[in-house]
Amino acid sequence: MLTRRTDLQLERDALGRFLPWQIAFMVYLAALALAGAMVLNATMARWNKGISGVLTVQIAPLEENAQKEKKRIKAALEVLGSTPGVIHAESIGDDEIMALLEPWLGSLGVAGDLPLPHLIDVELEDGANLDMADLSRRLEAAAPGASIDDHRIWLKKLIRLMETVKGLAVLVVALVCLVTVGTVAFTTRTGLAIHQDAIEVLHHIGAQDSYIAKQFASRVLVLGLKGGGFGLAMAVASLLGVGSLASRMETGVLPAISLSALHWAALIALPLAVAMVAMLTARMTVTRSLNKMM
Amino acid sequence: MDGGGYVVRFENVGLRYGLGPEVLQDISFSLTPGSFNFLLGPSGAGKSSLLKLMYLAMKPSRGLITLFGHDIAITGRRDLPALRRRIGVVFQDFRLLPHLSAFDNVALPLRVAGVKENEVRKHVEELLCWVGLKNHLDSRPPTMSGGQQQRVAIARAVIARPRLLLADEPTGNVDDHMALRLMHLFEELNKLGAAIVIATHNESLVERLGHRCIRLENGQLETETVTPSVSRLDSENAA
Ligand SMILES: Nc1ncnc2c1ncn2[C@@H]1O[C@H](COP(=O)(O)OP(=O)(O)OP(=O)(O)O)[C@@H](O)[C@H]1O
Ligand SMILES: [Mg+2]
Repeated sequence: MLTRRTDLQLERDALGRFLPWQIAFMVYLAALALAGAMVLNATMARWNKGISGVLTVQIAPLEENAQKEKKRIKAALEVLGSTPGVIHAESIGDDEIMALLEPWLGSLGVAGDLPLPHLIDVELEDGANLDMADLSRRLEAAAPGASIDDHRIWLKKLIRLMETVKGLAVLVVALVCLVTVGTVAFTTRTGLAIHQDAIEVLHHIGAQDSYIAKQFASRVLVLGLKGGGFGLAMAVASLLGVGSLASRMETGVLPAISLSALHWAALIALPLAVAMVAMLTARMTVTRSLNKMM
Repeated sequence: MDGGGYVVRFENVGLRYGLGPEVLQDISFSLTPGSFNFLLGPSGAGKSSLLKLMYLAMKPSRGLITLFGHDIAITGRRDLPALRRRIGVVFQDFRLLPHLSAFDNVALPLRVAGVKENEVRKHVEELLCWVGLKNHLDSRPPTMSGGQQQRVAIARAVIARPRLLLADEPTGNVDDHMALRLMHLFEELNKLGAAIVIATHNESLVERLGHRCIRLENGQLETETVTPSVSRLDSENAA
């Protein structure tokens, strides 16, 4: 493959036995941690975008007369329309509200019988900083019974919680990567220690340092790619398993576990990076031990 | 080639391991191309240490060493591999690579030098036949006897036709017949112009073959005698 034939047929040494498994295991852990962090990040971004620019105005059903109710809604819409920072305000129809309530009430077709509140969806500009108290007062004046349901209050708390979780996830990814680099480097170095004699012999026979280092480095690279590929395959299998379980739950509670092309690229880069680390460690280890020789 | 055309030249060389005492003191000698030399001396005299200096495994603590005209003190580390390829070494402990077959062990110097694979095959097989290991091309050293391993080590040392051959007790594990056969191998190489240095305890072999003797005693070069076998035996008989 990479080398036509190595002078050091090292297939059965400890390095060949342990390094691929070690790398597979570390890549598996790192890939799961990374995927978790990426899903969390994507979900947060979606929530943030989906809810932060939105608030709902609720108008309690006061009048029997549908005409008068319509008037109150219109008045509320006018107030909202003249408020700076509001992009769009739209009343939600009764049938839509019924659809939202259906899971709880069943399809009774009782819209007319139940005193349902009227809802207005309000879309806000990005980062709009409305004076909620003032808006609330003006709405109440124009349409008695109107109140603001601001998602942003609880959303802010949720986001703070998620930010913390995300920070922890990133920390876990960083630690897993660090430990991966450390253990792979360590395994490579101890694995190469048993080849000290072979390194010395090649040296005395007149091989250049680069020639000797390449022998070991290319072999470690192959071992690393094998192990890393296996670890990644296991991680992807795990992720797909979790994803299909989550999608079978059919609730809107869980975020969709889906990764973008960029995320997949990051996951694929992981075993490549680990194999590179192993290879560079091998090269450095061999070169350093050669440098101790004359 | 400067350095007076010598293959090896030592001038007042001293060697110590770490902070220990000098195991070699004031060593001065030189080897000409095509010379055949025995290195004699009791155990611990410093024979292996002297060879180590010659195959560039160590730097001397003091003194001047010239190899193929290169003062090794001022030769860059990058240029040493090229010098080492002109030197064949039979290590006292063989240092065969246990995971390689006899064939691959012997092929190592050729492959390191970038010789083509079909050439490698031809030369290695030929040489292994010569040392009586025709049926052991694919054997791994751990499955071979001491004498067989020694022959693999010797084959590896001579395969690349070195200009300087250093052998540390190369006949310690073989019977007299094989010892003589191996010596003839060295003599063949010698006829091609290589300088040979053989460290040995085997005085009878030395007497049989003659050649120049360098004697080490307590880290010092005692005497340098060039005695053809017959005259040497005669003088001993006369004494
Ligand atoms: N790596 C080392 N570190 C410290 N001292 C050493 C080392 N190698 C050899 N010596 C010392 O150097 C001296 C010479 O050792 P050397 O191996 O050169 O002897 P030798 O003549 O080859 O002996 P033998 O015939 O037993 O092989 C000895 O006193 C030995 O203890
Ligand atoms: Mg010795």
